[in-house]
Amino acid sequence: MSAVVAEHDKHHDHSHDDHDHGPAKGILRWIITTNHKDIGTLYLVFALVMFFVGGTMALVIRAELFEPGLQFVEPQFFNSMTTMHALVMVFGAVMPGFVGLANWMIPMMIGAPDMALPRMNNMSFWMLVAGILLLASTLFMEGGAPASGWTLYPPLVLQTGKALPFAVFSVHLLGISSIMGAINIIATIFNMRAPGMTLMRMPMFVWTWVITAFLLVAVMPVFAGAVTMLLTDKFFETSFFDAAGGGDPVLYQHIFWFFGHPEVYIMILPTFGVASTIIPVFARKPLFGYSSMVYATAAIAFLSFIVWAHHMFTVGMPIVGELYFMYATMLIAIPTAVKVFNWTATMWKGSMTLETPMLFSIAFVALFTLGGFTGLMMSIAPSDLQYHDTYFIVAHFHYTLVPASVFMLMAAGYYWLPKWTGNMYNEKVGQLHFWLSAISVNILFFPQHFLGLAGMPRRIPDYNVQFADWNMISSIGGFIFGISQLLFLYIVIDTIRGGTGIKATNEVWDGAVQYGGGGTVGLEWTLPSPPPYHTFTEAPVVVPIEYEH
Amino acid sequence: MDESLKQKNARLVQILVLVVIGMFGFGFALVPLYDVLCDLTGLNGKAETVAAEETPYKVDMVREINIELLTSLNEATPLIFRTETKQLKIHPGEYHTVNFYAENKTDKVVVAQAIPSFSPGVVAKYFNKVECFCFKQQTFKPGESKVMPMRFVVKPDLPKDFKTITLSYTFFDNTKASVQN
Ligand SMILES: [Cu+2]
Repeated sequence: MSAVVAEHDKHHDHSHDDHDHGPAKGILRWIITTNHKDIGTLYLVFALVMFFVGGTMALVIRAELFEPGLQFVEPQFFNSMTTMHALVMVFGAVMPGFVGLANWMIPMMIGAPDMALPRMNNMSFWMLVAGILLLASTLFMEGGAPASGWTLYPPLVLQTGKALPFAVFSVHLLGISSIMGAINIIATIFNMRAPGMTLMRMPMFVWTWVITAFLLVAVMPVFAGAVTMLLTDKFFETSFFDAAGGGDPVLYQHIFWFFGHPEVYIMILPTFGVASTIIPVFARKPLFGYSSMVYATAAIAFLSFIVWAHHMFTVGMPIVGELYFMYATMLIAIPTAVKVFNWTATMWKGSMTLETPMLFSIAFVALFTLGGFTGLMMSIAPSDLQYHDTYFIVAHFHYTLVPASVFMLMAAGYYWLPKWTGNMYNEKVGQLHFWLSAISVNILFFPQHFLGLAGMPRRIPDYNVQFADWNMISSIGGFIFGISQLLFLYIVIDTIRGGTGIKATNEVWDGAVQYGGGGTVGLEWTLPSPPPYHTFTEAPVVVPIEYEH
Repeated sequence: MDESLKQKNARLVQILVLVVIGMFGFGFALVPLYDVLCDLTGLNGKAETVAAEETPYKVDMVREINIELLTSLNEATPLIFRTETKQLKIHPGEYHTVNFYAENKTDKVVVAQAIPSFSPGVVAKYFNKVECFCFKQQTFKPGESKVMPMRFVVKPDLPKDFKTITLSYTFFDNTKASVQN
């Protein structure tokens, strides 16, 4: 290794006159903070809370589906649960989780003192909280929370009771919040990199986030427009989606999925970034094919804009449309396969150790690939006619979200928690959490493939007895998975309060400095653990790494 | 933060905000774009909403097309609605008239709009209607019943692949909206 990071952390307690010296005291610190580490923590804590809220809703669903027949909840409330579970997990847990990681890590990874727009950063967090609270409040309104599925398709969604305008405004707030977050991330990465941190030397996590941020800026406004049209259709006599007035409900599906398909990549690209950051460290090898990773990410992002109607093979598209969207969708498998190949090649002949972050990463590579394959199956239009709106699609996207996005959020937690807190977490409990999660997630979702192929529709509270056995197994897996996550909560709290008592070194993981960056050393691992409130107030000089071959 | 960095950030934010506004507009631009695309490609079985001229075509006596007619009501539209002919075989180029029957079940005035939809969607542009109750809203006095004709032709240039055309009409209750206007 021939990289050097200039002296920076010795003089930072007296080198920043333009900032206050430490955090404000008491609760006010968290409300008015503009510090990227504080805001990162807020986002991550919020995402964890929402993960348990959304998870509880999932357990209501799995409890009702444990046996055929109606046991616990009304069908209307059941449908509210499927809708709210999705909205809370997407907009409250997964997206804020990655924004939290971005806030904490991007400035430290590129040698910047903070995010480019700290005040906007604070605002976007509190708007997220407002949006989610507004969304949650619809549960208590006359007519109940939206029950149309998270896609909010008209005309069904227009039958929502009093909650409709509130749900629409909450989408607006969540949209504005994530757009502001995205603009901030783009400005930080474009304008705040330390000298020597060229674009093609950035850690993959930074690369995937800048591309994700562009996706957010491009598609969140389209979704905001679509729900605005729902609102005017309901209250202001427009007929965008109302057939009686000359509109077309299928138009909504086109607009929604123009947003919706890039949206699923907004949740998966930062996942890729975390995996590309963790795997080299625990394999003690540089990431295989760094530049191909960058280009593959960009290619996936580009393709995400031109494949949306693969969600609509059953609406009656002309055959040329079906063929186009089918082939275009299949193309995505190529850059994705490049990534899976590179992760595997990074591990190949590496000096691997299997600490919890690495275990989660390996499970991610295997299980995400499985989710990708079922995606490929559904890209085939004639087959999709059978899978459409069954439990097969439910199994598919949960494989790409739970053992992928959620697992990598957990992996990121284990990987950076010692850096954030200065304490080592309990490795034994971490491993237990991993094995329980990895096994139960498969008991939970794998049987749903069989249910879907056998024809069980999604979003129903009751089902034919022929589906009983696999549903029961799936529910058992669901409860084991749900309860196992309390271990993660325990570990996070325990580590913040001192953990095993072993203090984390600056590097934390053997090899993190050398392999934890992109084309440079992993800058965050050169800082103390925990890092001081302000870091890199003077930009470090970053020298590229050259590897011996 | 020094001044030049502040300026750089401000400029970048301006550009990105413009992109956001542009994309918000793009969502709305998809509405007319979609209509144009539907017209061009016959996507989604959207039918013409104005009457076509009754131009004579050369009848293709070799081919026979099966026409299926369906009727349905949206939500709780308070009508009885059915077709007098459920199925008929025609030759492309030939003009036919079929009758639909609708009755107001209530003691109030009902204003309703019938929306046609074709399956397969692409045949819509080969199906010309010279007369249809769907071209405008229908007003039903309390208890009133109507026999409503629909006169149509399937153009002879209909591609050979299509042997059956299904045309479905749905009556939407527009009473509330039309009372307000
Ligand atoms: Cu998609």
